Order: sequence, then structure tokens, then C-alpha cells
Amino acid sequence: MPSKIEKDAISGEHTTGHEWDGIKELNTPLPKWWLYVFYATIIFSIVWMILYPSVPSLSTYFGGTLGYSQRAEVEANLQKAAAAQASFRDRIRSLDITEMKADPELNRFALAGGRVLFAENCAGCHQSGGVGAKGYPNLADDDWLWGGSLEAIEYTIRHGVRSTSDETRTSQMPRFLADGMLTAPQINAVADHVLSLSGLAKPNAEGAAIFAEQCASCHGEKGEGNRDLGAPNLADKIWLYGSDRASVVQTISYSRNGVMPTWSGRLDDATIKMLALYVHALGGGE
Amino acid sequence: MNQLVPSKKVQSDIASGQPEAMIGVFGSSLYADRVKVYPRAVSGHFRTIKWAVLIACLAIYYITPWLRWDRGPNAPDQALLLDMVGRRGYFFWIEIWPQEVYYITGLLILGAIALFLATALFGRVWCGYACPQTVWTDLFMLVERWIEGDRNARMRLDQKPMSFDKLWRKIAKHCAWLLIAAATGGAWIMYFQDAPTVTREIFTGEASGGTYFFFGLFTATTYTLAGWAREQVCTYMCPWPRIQSAMLDEHTLNVTYQAWRGEKRGKHKAGESWEGRGDCVDCRACVNVCPTGIDIRDGWQMECIGCGLCIDACDEIMSKVGRPQRLIDFVSLANLDRRAKKQPSILKLVRTRTMIYATLLVVVAAIMIAALTLRHSFELNVLHDRSPLYVTLSDGSLRNGYTVKVLNKTREPAFLKLVVDGLPGAEMFLAGTAEEAASSLNLPVDADTVAEFRLFLKASRNSLKAGVTPIDLRLINADGRVVAQYRAQFNGPN
Repeated sequence: MPSKIEKDAISGEHTTGHEWDGIKELNTPLPKWWLYVFYATIIFSIVWMILYPSVPSLSTYFGGTLGYSQRAEVEANLQKAAAAQASFRDRIRSLDITEMKADPELNRFALAGGRVLFAENCAGCHQSGGVGAKGYPNLADDDWLWGGSLEAIEYTIRHGVRSTSDETRTSQMPRFLADGMLTAPQINAVADHVLSLSGLAKPNAEGAAIFAEQCASCHGEKGEGNRDLGAPNLADKIWLYGSDRASVVQTISYSRNGVMPTWSGRLDDATIKMLALYVHALGGGE
Repeated sequence: MNQLVPSKKVQSDIASGQPEAMIGVFGSSLYADRVKVYPRAVSGHFRTIKWAVLIACLAIYYITPWLRWDRGPNAPDQALLLDMVGRRGYFFWIEIWPQEVYYITGLLILGAIALFLATALFGRVWCGYACPQTVWTDLFMLVERWIEGDRNARMRLDQKPMSFDKLWRKIAKHCAWLLIAAATGGAWIMYFQDAPTVTREIFTGEASGGTYFFFGLFTATTYTLAGWAREQVCTYMCPWPRIQSAMLDEHTLNVTYQAWRGEKRGKHKAGESWEGRGDCVDCRACVNVCPTGIDIRDGWQMECIGCGLCIDACDEIMSKVGRPQRLIDFVSLANLDRRAKKQPSILKLVRTRTMIYATLLVVVAAIMIAALTLRHSFELNVLHDRSPLYVTLSDGSLRNGYTVKVLNKTREPAFLKLVVDGLPGAEMFLAGTAEEAASSLNLPVDADTVAEFRLFLKASRNSLKAGVTPIDLRLINADGRVVAQYRAQFNGPN
């Protein structure tokens, strides 16, 4: 460092004292406007640190004098949304589901809200649009295990199937092979008969006889099913666990007994009614 | 204007090795302070045309929002209205929806091509006569002249120290300007809201904040651009002066000083001979009347807006000194050359360039007219459900779900029959209705709305030839005419 700061003759600026082959670097100051903006940002950041959550400590943080938090803002927004929906939900609670459907405004509200609620709560098993999967019934078709009326759908959502609810829909199909009720050849014969009901196999007289004895009490003489017992219609084209022979044999041998949880207590009354209305409108409602 | 010629003092500074002078030359002189322009009043041929165009443009602008057009009880009766809130555009008998905004795009394209054509033929007539910047600046100058006097009086007034006379004139001028600007900003609002209603609301304080904001914004821009910025808008802000030279050629008419006739210029005393000198008497009348403050005798310049006021000024002088008029004239480069050689002028309007512009103009206009006349009153949009793509029903048939939107652009409620082609034996029903599935559906659509329906189509698996079957959904009105159709698809297992 030179002891005396040199002044450049042409520009009048001080030099930095650095020299490269006779070329000296000028110590030109930053533009004033730039400096002032820079100082302003420093002041801004200090004010911000005081007003808003900023400095962390080991167990907590300095929350700022305004007491702002994003979490509180989200909660306030959610409360605002809930308050906006409150009048609709109150009316839904006070009506039964057929009255609710008759009200165009509530119907619209329930269908729009039900779409979101379905995606949040139901689509995990029943898939988007209620299209279902193996073992999880398709809710958009016209085949219902426990009934497709508004009231039946509402009941199923509220109490579930083979769930922990006291009022759950329940029934139990025997495990014909595992419990030794039928032999393997007999089960094959029954499977053929069941498949023949929808034209998927040739008629089987032995199977028909066993069916009349063992199965018809729940599934009906022609395999038409029984909704009081959740016994599926075996004569239609819809197969929850597959229509191939191996799947049918598996079902007869070891039974299926699918489970749906009870939503009463997990979802409130209005939400359950909205879901029922939405599912009913997926295309198969009765 | 921005010549990089150092002043005498700077030149001597450089010579004596003063470093500040270098900055003076290469730094600050790239920026030129505005020289205030004091255009003198002038009368004549082109000034008359300019007044007429000015009156016509202002009349169109201020009167149009007040024109009424009866569209029935449920629609606005303003002939020209861009209803942003209601999302409709009204142009006399035409009503457009937001998705038809391309009609406005088409109008802008037409305007641009027409501008190209006019420029190729007659030079910058748009700039000089019809551009809003020119029209309002001219209007503001007129007011200025009434209050502060003509060129010399205004220059004297600006140099005088503040006095009562100067003060009231300045205040009166700016008040008058602000009033005109407010009327201009107010009229702009009227194109977007019902004119009588919004006028009353602005005065009673009932108008919305947005209305006052735009009212203030357009008032401020009019006042600033026409009162203060003036020719600087044309010189510095507007891209058109830079672009327009691409449209000019040697047959384009332009305001031109005929140097062959004018030079050598010089003062002329009455009775002196005109032999051996040009007609220009260097009176600077052409400079004094120029609204952009240029000297047309320097040749074609970017700043020239082609208004022709210098022609009027020069003609006045030429008749006084007894020389032929039109020393400055609307003349093409080709004719300038021919006149200098004493050959007769030619007018060549039909050129490749003008023909291309004219053809484009006709083609775009034809496309727009065709699009407008073939426009439908109803539209059908069909969106297939993304999930499930199809549903197998218990009898083995297949069902697809759709969201159907029907646009009714008329002012009457409609009952339209929905039918499907390409799917033999198909049945349809709407979600949320108790109606039985049928081969067709009746859809009620209110006037001027979009109605939305959830549609289910049911077909037997045997009627499908492939996994995806194209189908046509059609809307049929009471007369049995197909008013809208949509090509959709019906999905099934592959």
C-alpha cells in the first residue's frame, strides 16, 4: 500500500494503488443511487426482523412484534371457508338426504364438495371417479352389493361393511374348502355353474345341484344376489374379484369378505350426506 | 438535432487539455435537452384538411359511446360497448363472446395493413392527420393559442418574469387542458360501461374505484402526452417512425422541399432579380409553423410527421413574393427528380408494394367477413370424463360419462334436442335427473348463457368395432336444423 493516496490526473479520482504494467486501477466510488438503495435494503431487513418471525433459538424462535404466522393465516382461511359453508352444511344436517337432493342449491353444493371429499377420503380404495379396483367395488356402475338408493349409500358410508360399528352392514360367506364343507371337485363344479349363469361356461348339472343346496339361500336360485345380505349378483357381467375360473374357485374355497370402515365419527353428518349424493350421481344411483 | 458538435468553449477546453471537456463531448452531449417548439398558426389547403380530420376524429371518439342500439330488454342498448364485467363485446348488431376476441385481432390486422398501404401511397398521412397524438396535440395547441396568443406572444410570455397576466394565462391554459383531458379520459371509460350511467355515477361519486382509477389514468396521460410531451412522443416513444421507412419507395408522396427550385436560398428584396438564385427567401416560415420544430429544407427526417403545414406556410410567402406555389410539396422522389429535369410528373399508384398491401387487405377483410357471416349462434363442447374412461354395466353394456357445455349466444331461451351419431342403439341420460334413458335428450338452455350438463351415454358392446369409437353429438333446434355439433369419442375395452 502506498503511504500517500495517489490522485489520477485525468479523472480526478483516487487510485487503488494497484499497478499492472503501468496501468493503475481507479478507486471509483459506487453510484450514489446504488448505495442508497443498498442502505435502504439493510434498514428494511432490520424492520422486517423486528416485525416478523426471524431469529431462531434452540427450542423456539422470535415471533416478531406483529405476531404473524403462516400457519395461523392458513387456519384463519380455513375457518373463513368453513364459515362460508356453514349455512349450507346446517341445512344439509337438518334435512334427510332425499329432501336435500330435491333442493337444487344444496344438490349443487353437495356435488361440488363431494367431488373433493371423495378424492380425500374414498379414492384411496375406490379410485378416482369411483372406478374401483379388484376387491373394491366400482361405484359408477349399476351393480350394488348393499343397494344403490340414496339412503342405502348413505347407510353404507356411515356404518361401513364388516366394520367396527355396531350397526355395520355384515354377512359372512363360508370358506367352503377351508372349512371342509365341499371338496375340490365339487367346488370346481359349482364354479362352472356360477360362470354358466352369465354365459361364461357350459352348464354343469352337478354344480347346479350343489349351488341350489349351498349357495342359493344367499345368492338366490338364479344367482341374482341379495342386497340385504350383501350377496352379489352372480348372473351379471360385473365381477368384483374377477370372472376367470381360478378367481371364482378361490372365492368359493376361501371366501372374500371385503371390509369398508365406518365413517361415522370420522366424518360429520353433512359430509357423509354430501358423499352419498356424489356417489349416487356417479352414474349408477338408483 | 443531436449533432455531436462540441461548442466553442468545449473546443477551446479540449485544445488547452482540460479533462472535463472530454466528458462534455463524449458523455453529456449524447443527451439533448428539448428545445421547446412554438408552432405558429397557419392557414391554407392542408391546414383546412387537418381541421376537418381533427373534427371528424374527435366527433367519432366523443359521440360513439352515446349511440344507442336496441337489443331487447335483457341486453345493453349501447351501440359500441366492451363489457368487461359481463364478458361480452357489442358492436351494433354483432355480439361477441370472450373466445371470439380474434374478431378484434382481425380488426387490428386490417388497421395495420391499411396503415401500410396508406403509408406506401401517401407517406406519413396517419401521423400528420389521424393519429390520436396528433389530433389531441393539435387541439391542445389551439387552446394554448387562444389563451396565450400565437408563436411570438407565447415566446415573449415564457421569457417574461411572473406577473398577474402571465399567471392567469398559465392557470387558464392548464385548467382548459385538464378539462379536455378529463373529457377524453371520461369518454374512454364510456366504451367499457354504459355511457349515461357511468357519466352520472362519476359526477355523483357512485362510480367504482376502478372507474375513477382509469378515468384518472387516461386524464393524466392525455394531459401529459398532448400538453407536455407532444412531438417527443413521435420522436422518442413511437416505434412507427422507425418502421415506416420500410414502406416508402421512390413513388411515395412525401412532404419535400424542392431543393432544385429553392436553392440557392437567400433574402430577397422586392424588385430584385430572381436570376441566378433559388426561390427560397429563407424566411423560416416553414420552420416556425412546424409542430415538431424541424427544418423541412434539411430533407426527409424521422421527426417529420408529414402534416404539410409547412406547405401552407411556404405557399403564403411564395404568393407574396410572386413566385409559383408549392416550393415545398407532397411529392415523390421520382417526381422530384423529373421536375428538376423539367419532365412532366407521373403518378404511379399501382406498384408491386401497393398491390401486395391491397391484396392482403382484401384477403384479410374477406376472411373476417366470412368468419363473421358463418358464425354460429350455438356452440357445443363435449369433454369426456378422464376417470373412469368407461363403465361396464351389469347387463354387459358400456357407459361413458361426459361434461357437455352448450353456449347459447342468442337472446332467446332455447330447447335443443341432443342426438348422437356413430353409436347404433345408444341411449343417453343426464346425471341428477329422474328421466329414463332415451335415444335423444331435450336440453333447456337459457338466453345468453353457457349451460352445463353431465351426460351419460350407454351402448351395447356389440355395437362397438374398436376400443375407441368416434361419435358425433349434434344439437337440433325446433325446426329440425343442426345448430351445433361436436366430434367426441366413446371408449370401451380394447
